[in-house]
Amino acid sequence: MENNSLSRESKLEDKEYKWGFTTDVDTEVVPKGLSEEVVKLISKKKKEPNWLFDWRLKAYKHWLKQDEKEGEPEWAMVEYPKIDYQDIHYYAAPNKSDAPKSLDEVDPEMLEAFEKLGIPLEERAQLAGVAVDAVFDSVSVATTYEKQLKELGIIFCSFSEAVQNHPDLIKKYLGSVVPYSDNYFANLNSAVFSDGSFIYIPEGVRCPIELMTYFRINTADTGQFERTLIVADKNSYVSYLEGCTAPIRKSSQLHAAVVELVALDGAEIKYSTLQNWYPGNKDGEGGVYNFVTKRGKCGNKSKISWTQVETGSAITWKYPSVILQGDDSIGEFYSVALTNNHQQADTGTKMIHIGKNTKSTIVAKGISAGKGNNTYRGQVKILPSAENSQNFTQCDSLLIGDQCGAITLPYIEVKNPTAKLEHEASTSKVSDEQLFYLMQRGLDEEEAHHMIITGWSKEVFKELPFEFAVEAGQLLKVSLEGAVG
Amino acid sequence: MDKILEIKNLKASVTETEEKILNGLNLSIGKGETHAIMGPNGGGKSTLVNVIAGKDSYSVDSGEIEFFSEDLIEMEVDERAKKGIFMAFQYPSEIPGVRPWQFIKASVDSKRKFLGEKELSVREFSKIYDENIKIVGMNQDLMKRSLNEGFSGGEKKRNEVFQMLMLEPQLALLDETDSGLDVDALKSVGDVVNRMRNNERSFLIVTHYQRLLDHIKPDFVHVLIKGKIVESGGYELVKKIEENGYESFV
Ligand SMILES: Nc1ncnc2c1ncn2[C@@H]1O[C@H](COP(=O)(O)OP(=O)(O)O)[C@@H](O)[C@H]1O
Ligand SMILES: [Mg+2]
Repeated sequence: MENNSLSRESKLEDKEYKWGFTTDVDTEVVPKGLSEEVVKLISKKKKEPNWLFDWRLKAYKHWLKQDEKEGEPEWAMVEYPKIDYQDIHYYAAPNKSDAPKSLDEVDPEMLEAFEKLGIPLEERAQLAGVAVDAVFDSVSVATTYEKQLKELGIIFCSFSEAVQNHPDLIKKYLGSVVPYSDNYFANLNSAVFSDGSFIYIPEGVRCPIELMTYFRINTADTGQFERTLIVADKNSYVSYLEGCTAPIRKSSQLHAAVVELVALDGAEIKYSTLQNWYPGNKDGEGGVYNFVTKRGKCGNKSKISWTQVETGSAITWKYPSVILQGDDSIGEFYSVALTNNHQQADTGTKMIHIGKNTKSTIVAKGISAGKGNNTYRGQVKILPSAENSQNFTQCDSLLIGDQCGAITLPYIEVKNPTAKLEHEASTSKVSDEQLFYLMQRGLDEEEAHHMIITGWSKEVFKELPFEFAVEAGQLLKVSLEGAVG
Repeated sequence: MDKILEIKNLKASVTETEEKILNGLNLSIGKGETHAIMGPNGGGKSTLVNVIAGKDSYSVDSGEIEFFSEDLIEMEVDERAKKGIFMAFQYPSEIPGVRPWQFIKASVDSKRKFLGEKELSVREFSKIYDENIKIVGMNQDLMKRSLNEGFSGGEKKRNEVFQMLMLEPQLALLDETDSGLDVDALKSVGDVVNRMRNNERSFLIVTHYQRLLDHIKPDFVHVLIKGKIVESGGYELVKKIEENGYESFV
């Protein structure tokens, strides 16, 4: 037995982050630190209209106040050294000033980086029927399928482009779901956001392909502040995939993104995430700090569905939420969060029921291995106006080994007596009996664990688009390497 | 006669409690032979089968176990399986979210890979899979669920036999596969064992009942009491047990 755990330890040490590499692209970097000047510089570099600069500035001033008053939120079950916000670059862009029109114009080294990430842009995009808006550091460098989408009136472009080409839409919806003052990190993002994706699906249009963005954090010590906005007009449909990997870094990297989803009457948005950022080494050094605000707002009879598989980052602080404002609207949250080694995840969701006959479903699964700590924090709020609302919540924890932990913190607030709520929770361990059974059939210990874990995660995986589900399975496997076997 | 399994003076205990279960057990199984083990509850039958398969909640304290003249004791569970040892569990585990098809395909793949054989295509595999489902008389709908989840006791046992058919082991260990089966299911288990018997493949069948053995007609019968084989013989031993119980052996 002793021997066994020793060999586990050494395997842990051997573990290397598969996607750890750095690309040497000349980056144009704004000096470290945060000030009104820096906010102005970012806005200017992006040739933004005045109203947007004003918005950033308001956000910055509010953040300053908040920072002085109470600083970072401390309620989450995560621990990390204090972040020095003056020691971060707030803007970095690949050196070419003009955005490339086609792949030929994309920096070959950058393309190579995408290869290593396993995203051969052209083939993958075309074979899989996926349009890729690849965010490399802060600026979008390549966009495919744009033309085809254009014919349907679908807009899928970088956030900066949208600011230039569709300012009315941006002005109307930016901050409409997550106000700049929402929380410390969203606030910071609103002041200095770099780039991200913008999607608009016109009324009645069903987006024929899965839209996809790969994010990557590249320049050393560059905090990345993405801003994504998806607007699905009446009776439209879109499925969006977000996948992430980041290279190895010595000091921790801050990532504070904001994602806003707007589903107008009768519209449906499906948002899937694979998050695989560098989790830090086995001693808990390095790794990405991921503080993300994701929220959607539903109109009448509309639906927003979040599906996420979170295996990366040193710290994950993330609560994709749905405001069920319209009558008969539906919110869903399906999540698998895995923590290994010293990873900490405090994640969950909020479902705010405002409209009548609103329904929400939460399936949150946490897998803890090594010294990983997993907290599920979920809030279901039924407001007085939300006649006949329903919520179903299921929280499952799976523990691998005996040094990890899982905590479930459901907050329920019901202000309308007609609401129906159901809550199920379970904690399980991968049992020796199950492992022995699978190994007796010829699977090695790692394969056996993997099979049990993917089976256990199935309710969430089946919500993912097919190729993504396969990748998600692979991701769990890679993330658990060395933790078992 | 070539030996498949050779157990000499085996002593084994429960790892956690150090309770001694097997107290110097000897057993030799030749190629193509079918052996039955009978004995009172708690005598160590399941322990023996699990020790052969390599379950680490049991510890081998002394003695030898050889499989094709190779020492088994230090070998990993999955390696033993890939080399041809199959155990039909007395209480098979339930694995939520894993479809039987996926599980058995992975098992067959990993065994074939280990043996340097070509991986079966999905089509080739499915053909064999469907045929074997019919042979065992598995309920098709059941096989669309999670592995063993919501299966009745009898259905779990049938599923074990189905897996045995799929994996074509060299040595099959059946631990009370007949317990809890109705007459039809019992017959189909017996039929599968009989159809799989050949000059190369051996069986070790743990049972309490004459019924299954009437069907299978084992070559050898052993009586296991208090961690030791106290008597070995042919099929006639079954009759003796049926008439006098185990008391006459103590
Ligand atoms: N995992 C275990 N933990 C504790 N005791 C065990 C365990 N497995 C078996 N035993 C004990 O070992 C003895 C033999 O059990 P077993 O091999 O299951 O017998 P049989 O299969 O012949 O009925 C019993 O006394 C039983 O209580
Ligand atoms: Mg038994």
